[in-house]
Amino acid sequence: MVNSGRRIRILVAKPGLDGHDRGARVIARAFRDAGFEVVYTGLHQTPEQIAAAALQEDVDLIGLSVLSGAHMYLFKRVLELLKANNADDVMVIGGGIIPEEDIPKLKKLGIKEIFLPGTSLDKIVGWVRDNTKPRC
Amino acid sequence: MFSERTLREVEAGKKRWEKELEKGKRQKAEKGRRFSTVSDLEIKSIYTPEDIKDLDFSKDIGYPGIFPFTRVCQPTMYRGKEWTFRMFAGMGSAEDTNKRWHHLLREGETGLSTAFDFPTLMGYDSDSPRARGECGKCGVAIDTLRDFEILTHRIPLDSVTTSMTINPPASILWAMYLVVAEKAGISWDKIGGTIQNDMLKEFIAQKTFMLPPEPSIRLVSDTIEFGTQHVPLWNTVSISGYHIREAGSTAIQELAFTLADGITYVEDVIERKKMDVDSFAPRLSFFFNSHLDFFEEIAKFRAARRMWAHIMRYRFKAKDPRSWWMRFHTQTAGCSLTAQQPYNNIVRTTTQALAAVMGGTQSLHTNALDETLALPSEFAATIALRTQQILADETGVTNTIDPLAGSYFIESLTKLMEEKAWEYINKIDDMGGILAAIDKGFPQMEIADAAYHYQQQIDRKEKIVVGVNKYVVEEKAPPETLRIDEAVEEKQIARLQKVKKERDNRRVVQILKDLRAASRTDKNLMPYVIEAVREYATEQEICDVWRDIFGEYRDPGFY
Repeated sequence: MVNSGRRIRILVAKPGLDGHDRGARVIARAFRDAGFEVVYTGLHQTPEQIAAAALQEDVDLIGLSVLSGAHMYLFKRVLELLKANNADDVMVIGGGIIPEEDIPKLKKLGIKEIFLPGTSLDKIVGWVRDNTKPRC
Repeated sequence: MFSERTLREVEAGKKRWEKELEKGKRQKAEKGRRFSTVSDLEIKSIYTPEDIKDLDFSKDIGYPGIFPFTRVCQPTMYRGKEWTFRMFAGMGSAEDTNKRWHHLLREGETGLSTAFDFPTLMGYDSDSPRARGECGKCGVAIDTLRDFEILTHRIPLDSVTTSMTINPPASILWAMYLVVAEKAGISWDKIGGTIQNDMLKEFIAQKTFMLPPEPSIRLVSDTIEFGTQHVPLWNTVSISGYHIREAGSTAIQELAFTLADGITYVEDVIERKKMDVDSFAPRLSFFFNSHLDFFEEIAKFRAARRMWAHIMRYRFKAKDPRSWWMRFHTQTAGCSLTAQQPYNNIVRTTTQALAAVMGGTQSLHTNALDETLALPSEFAATIALRTQQILADETGVTNTIDPLAGSYFIESLTKLMEEKAWEYINKIDDMGGILAAIDKGFPQMEIADAAYHYQQQIDRKEKIVVGVNKYVVEEKAPPETLRIDEAVEEKQIARLQKVKKERDNRRVVQILKDLRAASRTDKNLMPYVIEAVREYATEQEICDVWRDIFGEYRDPGFY
C-alpha cells in the first residue's frame, strides 16, 4: 500500500432496524473533528446497502454500530458482502451493546476491533490513527 | 412571596455571608470551578428568598389537583394511590414475555408495559428479510393476533392497565389488544392502558419511523379520535421526552421538545378531526426520563406540569381542568447506566426513581442493573421492582405531597427550566412549528450538539462517571445476562406460516383492499385495522399497505 497522502476515509454505519444512533453520531463527529473524512449512512441500512456505500465512497474503514443484539448476523453479513465484492481490505470495526463472549467470535470472523460502552473518544480515534492506512 | 423588609434582611445577610466567605480557606478551592447540572446548567452556591421573590404562591405553586398543577395532578397524590409500578418487559417469544409478566405481577408490579422487538416496532413480520437476526432480541416478536393471544394469556385485562411502547404500527397493536379483550368478553370501556404512539419524537430522537410525518400524524389523530369515542379509559398517545433525553438532550431540551410535540398533536386533532379540545385533551399522557441530576429532574417535572397547564388553558382555551393537567409515566435513565461495575447501577436507578417520585410521577419503570448489557434477567428486573417498592413503603417520601415545594433552590430551578423551555418553544413556533423544525433538523442537531458536548466532558473528566472515568477497577466477570435463543426466530416464522395457512385468506385480502381504499380518504382507519387483525392479517401486511400508499421516511442522517 502506498500512502497517497489522502485522509483516512471512514463509513459510520447503522445496520439493521436498531434506532439507537446516539453513539454512531457522536463517533462520527469525533472522527470528523480528528480530521478524518466521514460518511454517515443514517439508520436502518441493510448489509447490502452498507457494502455498496463502502465501495462507492471508497472508504478505508467501516465502523458498525449495533445495540439491538443482532450483531452476530449483521456484522457477519457485512463482512461476507465485502469479501464477495473483493473489498475485504476495507477494515471493519464495531461498537454497541455486545456481550464480551461474542467479541472473540466477531474477531475470528474478521472484525478488527470492538469498542464497548464507556470507551473514550480519544481511545477510538487513537486506535484508528494507529491501525488504518488510507488505501491508495 | 416576601415582604420588602424580609428581602432587605436577606440582602444584608448575604453580605455578611460573603464576608465570611472571604475568610474561609476553602474559597480558593471553589474559585474557578464551575458547578453545573448533568445538562450543564450552571448552579449557584446558595439560593435565597431573593431568587423566588417574583413567584406568587397561588399563581405559580398553589395546591395539588388545582391549576397550575405545579404540585401534581391529584389532590391526594400518593396518600390516595401509589404510583403504578410498571416494569417495561418483553423478550423472545410471546410465551417468554407472558411468563415474565406473570412473574412481575406476582412480585407486586401494578401495571404492565410491553417491549417489542425491532421488526415489530418497525412494521416488519418475523419472516421479512429486513428482520433477519432481530427476532425477539430487543423485545417480544408479534406478527399476528395469535401471538397477542399468547402474550396476554391469563392476564386480567379488566383490572390491570397495559402500556405498549409502539409507534408507527401503534394502531395495529392496539387493535390486537381491543380484539383480545373483546374475545374475553371485556367491553372496551372497561380496559385501560397506553399506546406510546408519539411519532414526532421518533423523527426527533427514537428513530423508529416508517411513514413520512404527515401520514404518521394522521394515524395518531385517528387513534385519538377512536379512543375518545370508544375506549374512554385509554391513553392513545404518550407524548415522550424519554427518548429525546436518551438521545443526548439536556433536561431543558427534553422539556421543550416534548411540549412542542404535544402542542402539534392538539392542533392536528382540532384541525383534522374538528374535535373540541376538552373532548380528548384529558386523555393525553406524557412520558419523561428521570436522569442523574436529582434537583434538575424534580424541577423539570414541576415545570412541565405548570407549562402544560398554561398551554392548554391559554393557548388552546380548554375549559375542563382535566384538560389542563399533565399525567406522566417516568423511566429512569438507561443512558446513565454503565457496563462497568454494573451493580452500581442499582444506586443510580434508586436516585433517579426518587427524583421521579419527588417530581410526582403517575407511573414508573426502574431500569435493571444489567440493562446496559442485555435485556434484564429475572433477578435484575426483580431488584429494580423492589427499588420502587422500598421507596413507596419504607422511606416515608409519600407522606406529604410535593415535599420540596417552597425550597428556594427548587422553585428557582423550576422557574429557570420553564423560562428556558419557553425560549425553545417560541423559537420552534417562529420556525412554523415542530414539523418545520424537524424538517430543518433543528431539534435533531440541538440534541446531537448536547450529546457530543457531554461525551467530551466525560472524556475531559469535567463530568464524572464512576467506574468509567474515576474509580476504575479491573473488571470481574459481568453478571449472568439474558440471552435470546436464536431458535426463537425459527419458531416464530413457523407459527406465522401456520397462521397464514389457517386463516380465511380471501377475507384477509378483501379487508386489506378495504383498508387501502380507506387510507386514500380521510376516514378513520381504526375500524379497518381492527377488522384486519381480527382476521389474523399480519402486522406487515397492514404496514405494507401504508408504505405503498404513503411512501417511507428515510433517515436524513444528521450528525
